[in-house]
Amino acid sequence: MIGGTARPGSVTAWALSGTAWVVYAFFYAPIVLLVVFSFSDDRNVGRWGGFTLSWYEQFIDHSQLQNSLWVSIRVALLSTAISVVLGTLAALALERFRFRGQRVFDALLYLPIIIPDVTMAVMMLLFFSEGIRIAELLFGLDLTKGFTTITISHIAFNISFVSVVVRARLSGMNEQLEEAALDLYANRWRSFRYVTLPQIAPGIAGGALLALTLSLDDVVVTQFASGPGSTTLPVFVFGMIRRGVTPLINAVSVVMLAASIVLVILSLVTQRLRTGETGRSLGDRPRRRSDSSV
Amino acid sequence: MPSAVPAVGLHRITKRFGDVVAVDTVDLEIADGEFFALLGPSGCGKTTTLRLIAGLEFPTTGRLRIFGDEVGTLPPNRRPVNTVFQNYALFPHMTAEENVAFGLRMRKVSKAEIEPRVRDAIALVHMEGMEQRRPDQLSGGQQQRVALARALVNSPKVLLLDEPLGALDLKLREAMQLELKALQREVGITFVFVTHDQGEALAMSDRIGVMDGGRLLQVGTPEEIYARPANRFVADFIGHANLLDGMVTGPDQVTLTNGITIAAPSNIQPGGHVAVTLRPEQALLHPWGGAPEHHTSVDGQVEQVTYLGNALIYRVSFQWMHIDVRSENRPGGDPVSAGDEVTVSWEPSSVAVVQD
Repeated sequence: MIGGTARPGSVTAWALSGTAWVVYAFFYAPIVLLVVFSFSDDRNVGRWGGFTLSWYEQFIDHSQLQNSLWVSIRVALLSTAISVVLGTLAALALERFRFRGQRVFDALLYLPIIIPDVTMAVMMLLFFSEGIRIAELLFGLDLTKGFTTITISHIAFNISFVSVVVRARLSGMNEQLEEAALDLYANRWRSFRYVTLPQIAPGIAGGALLALTLSLDDVVVTQFASGPGSTTLPVFVFGMIRRGVTPLINAVSVVMLAASIVLVILSLVTQRLRTGETGRSLGDRPRRRSDSSV
Repeated sequence: MPSAVPAVGLHRITKRFGDVVAVDTVDLEIADGEFFALLGPSGCGKTTTLRLIAGLEFPTTGRLRIFGDEVGTLPPNRRPVNTVFQNYALFPHMTAEENVAFGLRMRKVSKAEIEPRVRDAIALVHMEGMEQRRPDQLSGGQQQRVALARALVNSPKVLLLDEPLGALDLKLREAMQLELKALQREVGITFVFVTHDQGEALAMSDRIGVMDGGRLLQVGTPEEIYARPANRFVADFIGHANLLDGMVTGPDQVTLTNGITIAAPSNIQPGGHVAVTLRPEQALLHPWGGAPEHHTSVDGQVEQVTYLGNALIYRVSFQWMHIDVRSENRPGGDPVSAGDEVTVSWEPSSVAVVQD
């Protein structure tokens, strides 16, 4: 049916809305169950034992959980801050300058997005164990895996995501604006500060929120980069499941879910903000200005 | 008083992009207070030349002076010039007023001084009341005015305009031509503007530089360029021209490729391949054999008549060549139609002999 709309009450209309409901159920039924059973007063997940908030109370009282939550937040904020700066710089370098090895740099920058998490995790594990050994041999430093290594590994994959988002925004920006700024007596820094930065700010904000979300959610890479005593919330929860599942897991998951949803919505909103004619959505692949030059 | 030193001086300027020579050994002096047009087809190097003056590109070789000061390697923010960009390049996140104030802010002019200057610049381009609008709330013509104000508020010594009217529709473009010209007289600043529209260049400029393939082919007043084109390209590019190919066969005499010999004064040595340039409005149409005595004439047959409203174009063929004759559409006169035998004549001095 081209350009047609199903008549109300027709078989097509029923089938279409039926499919839509099935898809929604498929997506959201597990989430609804998760949320519902986080209030269940029964040690077994999946058996309703009446309403209670005790699992949330346990979460608040659980010092290890609290600890890992703070690690998560600190890692997320720090890795986001650093990867936003580095990712934006990388995007600027790729969009605004031509240099030797640019294509290689371009390809390598996207690698963390493409390669499987486990590969990234093993790479990080090897890197850190070797790095710690070298640091000990050369400088006599006694390093252990923990907060720092988790943060570094998160920065490593977040740079890629930030630079993709910022680059999409940059390539949609009229380059003549920067020339106009230079022509109007701005030096390179002021042209960036007063013209480029306000133009790409929504991209940077979107990239930052994406980075924050990815960092808060990450399990695989973090698990390989974390050490005893310091781990993030998702990794700790993962460990808890092995020791037996109680609705406490549900309560923790609901909190994480809520935080993620807020961040994703914020990310989408900032992407849309002041997009105007230069705006591009997050999914757009950055356009290459010139493929012939290296 | 205009300065005796040229506002802009280009001395053997060449700009290469890799293997491509965008601007090829251009020598040019633009006088203080002049309205100068760089005219040529797209890709002829006119915009690159403008960007070289602005400092957005640096010359590969050659010297570039603005009012006698060597500026060839200075960045744009250290040159006393401002540019009106092709699509205006207004800052989308700033209001019209903030756009206009940008240059002054970057030069750290005091707030007390910025305010009246911005107000004056906005008044100069008749944009009062629009100060708080953002570029996307302005029409093309209004954006153009803001772009002009944004450049002029800095009192540049030279204003550069890159196809300033290219994005406007025809009516607005014609109105802005007159306004730009008037504005230039009012502010007395040297304007250098780039266009591919020969009509625009003829109508607005004091002098025109015609470019093609990176070379500056001819510099002159609109009259000179129109009546005395330096070569075939200029003759063909500016206005409409009948280009009759032939060879110089004697003093002031050209034999056309169809064997007909006509009088055409030139300094070109006999044997040189040339084209005789005849403007359609310089040619006159007569009944067979009715040419005035001192005119050069050829006999032919009307092949086609094109009605333009205010004028008629008669295509007259003679011995496998043809001449377009333009005559104003006035009441009276014998109607001429296709197939009629006619004589075409012109003043010997109204043709120009050009080489490739």
